[in-house]
Amino acid sequence: MKDPVDVLIIGAGASGAAVAWSLAETKMHILCLEQGGWMNPAEYPSTGRDWEAKFYGEWSSSPNVRGRPEDYPINDDNSPIKVVNYNAVGGSTVMYTAHWPRLHPSDFKVKTLDGVADDWPIDYDALTPFFEENDRMMGTSGLSGDPVSPLTHPPMPQQPLGLSGAILGKAMNKLGWHWWPSDTTVATMDYEGRARCINLGHCTPACAQGAKSSTDITYWPHAVRAGVELRTHCRVREITTDENGMASGVVYYDKDGIEQFQPAHVVIIACNGVGTPRLLLNSASARFPNGLANSSGLVGKNLMFHPYAQIYGYVKEPTDSNRAPPTCLWSKEWYDTDLSRGFVRGYGVQFVRGAGPVFEAVVSEQKGILPWGEDHHRVFRKLNGHRLGFSAICEDLPEEHNCVTLDPVLKDNHGIPAPKINYTISENSQKMMDHALARGREVLETAGATDICINSPIPWGGWHLLGTARMGTDPKRSVVNEWGRTHDVKNLFIVDGSVFVTSGGVNPTSTIQAIALYVADQMKQRLANLFD
Amino acid sequence: MSADNQLTRTQRDDLRTVAAMIVPASDEYKVPGADDPAIQADMLATLGRDTKLVAAALDHLARLAGQPLAELDAAKRDAVAQEFRSSGGTAAATLVRVVLQCYYRDDQVLRSLGLELRAPFPKGYVLPDGDWSLLDPVRARGGALRRAP
Ligand SMILES: Cc1cc2nc3c(=O)[nH]c(=O)nc-3n(C[C@H](O)[C@H](O)[C@H](O)COP(=O)(O)OP(=O)(O)OC[C@H]3O[C@@H](n4cnc5c(N)ncnc54)[C@H](O)[C@@H]3O)c2cc1C
Ligand code: SF4
Repeated sequence: MKDPVDVLIIGAGASGAAVAWSLAETKMHILCLEQGGWMNPAEYPSTGRDWEAKFYGEWSSSPNVRGRPEDYPINDDNSPIKVVNYNAVGGSTVMYTAHWPRLHPSDFKVKTLDGVADDWPIDYDALTPFFEENDRMMGTSGLSGDPVSPLTHPPMPQQPLGLSGAILGKAMNKLGWHWWPSDTTVATMDYEGRARCINLGHCTPACAQGAKSSTDITYWPHAVRAGVELRTHCRVREITTDENGMASGVVYYDKDGIEQFQPAHVVIIACNGVGTPRLLLNSASARFPNGLANSSGLVGKNLMFHPYAQIYGYVKEPTDSNRAPPTCLWSKEWYDTDLSRGFVRGYGVQFVRGAGPVFEAVVSEQKGILPWGEDHHRVFRKLNGHRLGFSAICEDLPEEHNCVTLDPVLKDNHGIPAPKINYTISENSQKMMDHALARGREVLETAGATDICINSPIPWGGWHLLGTARMGTDPKRSVVNEWGRTHDVKNLFIVDGSVFVTSGGVNPTSTIQAIALYVADQMKQRLANLFD
Repeated sequence: MSADNQLTRTQRDDLRTVAAMIVPASDEYKVPGADDPAIQADMLATLGRDTKLVAAALDHLARLAGQPLAELDAAKRDAVAQEFRSSGGTAAATLVRVVLQCYYRDDQVLRSLGLELRAPFPKGYVLPDGDWSLLDPVRARGGALRRAP
C-alpha cells in the first residue's frame, strides 16, 4: 500500500493550483491528482494556419466534442446551455477568456438586500487579501479606479482600447452608460518570466505566447518548486471513508489505467461545479448512501451557469477582428437590482472585439446573413473584420431543480458514471436576458451597427459552473461550512466554484481562486485542530 | 456508404459541386471558388473526425438531387441546396463549415481579403492604444458601489 499523504488535492485547475501553492509553505506532503496532463504550448492552435478550424474539433471548448482521453462525457441534453471546460494541468483556465471581474460586496448579501436566495456566510472583506494575492500570482492587467466596481490594483496596465474599444466606448458615452477597461489576466508587460501579449487574438483555446494566465504557467511552477507533488493522468473514481466517517483516501486510475488507492489525512476537492458533485455522488457508501457529504441532499443541486445573452452586429469601420484578445471593456450599468426593470438582481457586460475569418464565415452562414452563391463575397467583406459584440453575464439564482446527477447509462473511458445536467432558465433570468438584449441593441445601433444577431443563451456557454456544493453555516441547507470544510466529513474540503451560494453577474474565476486561497489560509490557521 | 476515413468518388464530386455553390469563383474579387483543386485537396486531407458527418450530408444531398448534383440545371440545383440546408441538420452544418474553414485559410483568398498568410503566432499583431480621454465622461459621472450591510 502507498504511504499516506498529508493533503491530497483532486484537480489541478484554477482552484486546485491556488490551494496547492498556498498550502505548500506548511511543508506537509501535498499530492495533487489530475486526470489531464501538462500542456505543450508549441501545439496550441495559434501556431498553425488551421488555428480557427481546431476550435471545431480537438480544441473545442466542449468535452463532448473534443473527446480527448483526458475528458469525461457530460450528458447535457436536458439543458439549453452546454457545459464547456478543459481537463489538464491548468484546468479550464487553459481555455478561459481571461476576463477578470470580481464579485461585488453586495453579491454576498443578496437575501438581506433583495430578499432572494441566501446570504453567504462570508463577506467580501474576508476575501479582500486573497483577491489581492491572487491578482499578483495570476498577473492581472487593468486600470484601477472604476467608480462602480470593487477597487483593484492590477500590477500591469490595461489592454489597449484598440479599434473596437474606441467605437464601443464612444457609443456608451453617447448613451451616458458606464463602461471601463476590463481587468484581465492577460499580461500586458513581461511579467514574472512570462512574455507579454502580442495580440494573437486566440486566447480562448490557449495562448501560445504564455501571456494569458492559466494556472499551469502561474501557480503550478511555484507550487511544484515548493515541493507539491503533481501526478498527472490520474482520474479519481471515489473518495473512501473509514469507520469514523473520515475521508481515508481516494481510488484512482493511473496513467496506465490501473486502479490505485492513495491514502490521505486530508482530501481537498477542486474538480469544478460539475466534476465535484459527480465525484461526491459517486463516492456513495453504506455510511453515506446518498453520496459523500450529502446529508443536506444539496450535493449537485442549485447549479448556476450565468446564462449569457449575447448580441452582436457589424459597423462600417474596421474593428479589431481576431487581432486582439477578445476581452476588452466591461459595463456595470445594470449590475444592481432595480425592480422597475421587471427582475431582481442584474448583469455585468463583457464587450467583444470581433472574430476571425473562419469563425465569421461559419457563424454568419448559420445565422442566414451570409448567403451562398455570387453575393457571398460582397457580404463576407462587409461582415469580416467589422463585428462588435455585447455579452451580458446574467446572474442565475440558485434553484434546486437545476442540478448535476449521475447518468445511469453514460460512462467515461474508465467506466465512471458521467454527470447529467438538468437545467432550465428561470423567468427572472429570462427577463434579465431580454432586458440585456434590448440594451445591447441600443449600444450597437448607436455605434452604427447593422445585421444584428442574437445568441440568447449562448448555447455553448456553460463555462461558469457554480453552486453545487454550497457554503453555509446550517448543515441542513449547505454542503460546506464557512471555511470550505464539508459539514459531514471533517477532513474533506471543497475549494472550487461549487461552493458559491449565489453567482453574481460577473465571470467567477477571480472569486473562485480567492476562496481557494482563503480556505487554505483558514486551514493553515487551524492546523492544530483542523478536525474539531 | 463510404469508409470511415474517406469519401467515395461520387461523394467527392458532389462535395466539389456544392462547395462551388456555397462559394463560387469571382473575377471581381480575384478569388477562386471553393471547388478550387487546392482547396478541395485541403478539405479531403483534413476531413479527419468530420468525415462521417460530411459523408452523411453528401448522401442526404444525393438523395435530394436524385442524380449527380452537377448534372442538375441551375434552378433545380438551387432548390436542392435550399432543401439540403434547411433539412440537413448537424451533418449539413458540418459540411458547410468544412468548406468554409478550408476556403478561408487559402492563400489566394486571404490575399484578396488583405490578410497575412501566416499563423497568428509568433508574430502577433499590433493594436492601437486608443484615446483614453474617452473615459473622462465615465469618470465625471462617477457612481458608487452598492453597499453591503
Ligand atoms: C471557454 C471558456 C471560457 C471561460 N472564460 C472565463 C473568463 O473569461 N473569466 C472567468 O472568470 N472564467 C472563465 N471561464 C471559467 C473558468 O475557466 C473556470 O471558472 C475555472 O477554471 C474554474 O476553476 P475550478 O478550479 O473550479 O475548475 P477547473 O479549472 O475546471 O479545474 C478542475 C480540474 O479538475 C480535474 N478533474 C475533474 N475531475 C477529476 C477527477 N475525477 N480526477 C482527477 N482530476 C479531475 C479536471 O481535469 C480539471 O483540470 C471560462 C471557461 C471556459 C471553458
Ligand atoms: S491575444 Fe494575447 S493573451 Fe490572447 S492568445 Fe494572443 S498573446 Fe495570448
